[in-house]
Amino acid sequence: MSTLEIKDLHVSIETEQGTKPILKGVSLTINTGETHAIMGPNGSGKSTLASTIAGHPRYLVVGGSITLDGEDVLAMSVDKRARAGLFLAMQYPVEIPGVTMTNFLRTAKTAIDGEAPKLRTWTKDVKAAMAQLRIEPEFAERNVNEGFSGGEKKRHEILQLELLKPKFAILDETDSGLDVDALKVVSEGVNRSIEAGGLGTLLITHYTRILRYIKPDFVHVFIDGHIAEQGGSELADRLEDEGYDRYLAAAPASA
Amino acid sequence: MTELTEEKVADEKVWSQGFIKGMTEEGEQLSEINPETGPLGGSAAKAHSHGDSHGGGVGIPDSSRAGRLTSYKMADFPLITGREEDWRFTPLKRLRGLDRVGVKGQEINGAPPSVEVSSPDGVIVETVGRSDARIGRAGIPEDRVSAAAWEHFAEATVVTLPAEYAGTSENVTTLTLTGQGVSPAASHIVVHAKKFATGVVVLDHRGTAVLSENVEILVEDGANLTVVSIQDWNDDSVHASAHHILVGRDAKVNHVVINLGGDLLRTTPSARYSGTGAEVEMYGLYFADAGQHLEQRLFVDHATNNCKSRVVYKGALQGDGAHAVWIGDVLIRKQAEGTDTYEMNRNLILTQGARADSVPNLEIETGMIKGAGHASATGRFDDEQLFYLQARGIPEDVARRLVVRGFLNEVIQHIKVPALEKRLRDAVERELAAGTV
Repeated sequence: MSTLEIKDLHVSIETEQGTKPILKGVSLTINTGETHAIMGPNGSGKSTLASTIAGHPRYLVVGGSITLDGEDVLAMSVDKRARAGLFLAMQYPVEIPGVTMTNFLRTAKTAIDGEAPKLRTWTKDVKAAMAQLRIEPEFAERNVNEGFSGGEKKRHEILQLELLKPKFAILDETDSGLDVDALKVVSEGVNRSIEAGGLGTLLITHYTRILRYIKPDFVHVFIDGHIAEQGGSELADRLEDEGYDRYLAAAPASA
Repeated sequence: MTELTEEKVADEKVWSQGFIKGMTEEGEQLSEINPETGPLGGSAAKAHSHGDSHGGGVGIPDSSRAGRLTSYKMADFPLITGREEDWRFTPLKRLRGLDRVGVKGQEINGAPPSVEVSSPDGVIVETVGRSDARIGRAGIPEDRVSAAAWEHFAEATVVTLPAEYAGTSENVTTLTLTGQGVSPAASHIVVHAKKFATGVVVLDHRGTAVLSENVEILVEDGANLTVVSIQDWNDDSVHASAHHILVGRDAKVNHVVINLGGDLLRTTPSARYSGTGAEVEMYGLYFADAGQHLEQRLFVDHATNNCKSRVVYKGALQGDGAHAVWIGDVLIRKQAEGTDTYEMNRNLILTQGARADSVPNLEIETGMIKGAGHASATGRFDDEQLFYLQARGIPEDVARRLVVRGFLNEVIQHIKVPALEKRLRDAVERELAAGTV
């Protein structure tokens, strides 16, 4: 079992108006095999947490720690974090002209595993994973995310999750912008990875909708840069009924 | 002149960086090194003539490619000031006198590059004198530098693909042109594909040179010729190269320019049609490093009907003072009905301090055409792309190379000469390894 431990994390970003604190002391422990949902209103810092774990240079860690089985994640480069077993499914995957999906996936797999995958089994794995996510075979020869629709981009994020087999998957609003059919396909993909075992999942979402398809073990409510409440999946049901209003009323002025 | 740049996409982040002096919204700018006075490329060019059918600038040589002066005689061209449309991006001081031949005793009498020939059976390669009848059939110099070289070259190298010669991408004719030092030199090359000949000719420029060169490419009816000109000079080299391409009826030419090494490279291919139904493809790849000025100015002159042209130039730039210029002029004359043309330029800026100027120009004198379009885009190497690739475990240096290779590969794929493709991929790798990338 692996453990991703976030302790008293404080994160800021540089803005034109100066340094702005976003995360104000977040502590969270995720073990492989567990699925955690982080929910919260816009601007509460959910995506900042995701990007900080992955190491996006925009986010400045001013206090606290992130460790993976005791190793200091914050000291690692972005690519080293990925090789250590962290995976971020992006909210807005970028287009990379001139680089085909096939080339990209093979390069990523080689980097993660430290050796090139066996060509025959790899090609088969990719094809099978694409078929399960209802991705047309022609996408293999298209450039990474170039001209993809929002739903196609998200499906390709989950394709990478399934092929790269990380220890921890952070899904940053993977559900946003998806219609119900696409949401089902994507959720099935995530569930396949969870059921395959050995995966810790941090599901970041604005809506409760995806939690009908992916059942969380723990739910954390993010308000204004910290965790306002934690609970089991029943907390998600309550949020569905009540929304975030009662937290916002309790956190005045700072917004 | 109609200067259409509606598809010009400029990454605002690039243009807002402070290192670009005097950049205007239109991306137009005099070369910093030249005097910053006077109109941009002639008064008529400045007053854009959108929708004005009589605005083609008759009698104003600067304003339309149709009206540009051509002559074999250097003296017919006025001295270059750097304010001309044709020269506004070129740092004249770095031309090492190639622009001032005949002024204050400036000569162009250095030893031209040595020519080493590798050719398959059947292809004829000769060295001939100035008076040879085969010289001067494909084109006329369009600027003073080209005319100076034309007046001063001593001997020309003539490559002939005989009628119905059937060459392939496997049996390529290669002229290895090795520079003989920094004395300004003039050289002349003729590549002549006779009727129905097919084949590939490579001009491989190496060594150190300050060279003004004219390349005549004559493609007779029904021939199919590929010419690849590689400029892989040493860092101190200066090379102005005018390619005059004349394509016959139903003939096809695949013209490739690879600009890699040298201090200042200025390549100016002009393609003209002597018959109908012909096809011109022009590909270019350039990689500008710190301090390098790589300029490519193209002209496709559609004067016959039912001809086709495609232009694809792609460049990567890295390092302080790396400067690439791409100008793509296409003229569709009144009689050129059924013309089908498209030109595209893409620049990828890898580091701060590099600059790309890209100007596609399309002049259309008839509406009876199949298609005419152009696109130009200059983008910065995107940190978000890098983050995305790194977030998938790919180390930073590998990620950068992946993106640049992918970007340039589109051009390399079109060369269709396996041995050359390998060499160019290696060259791109070397450029990437040498830079900060």
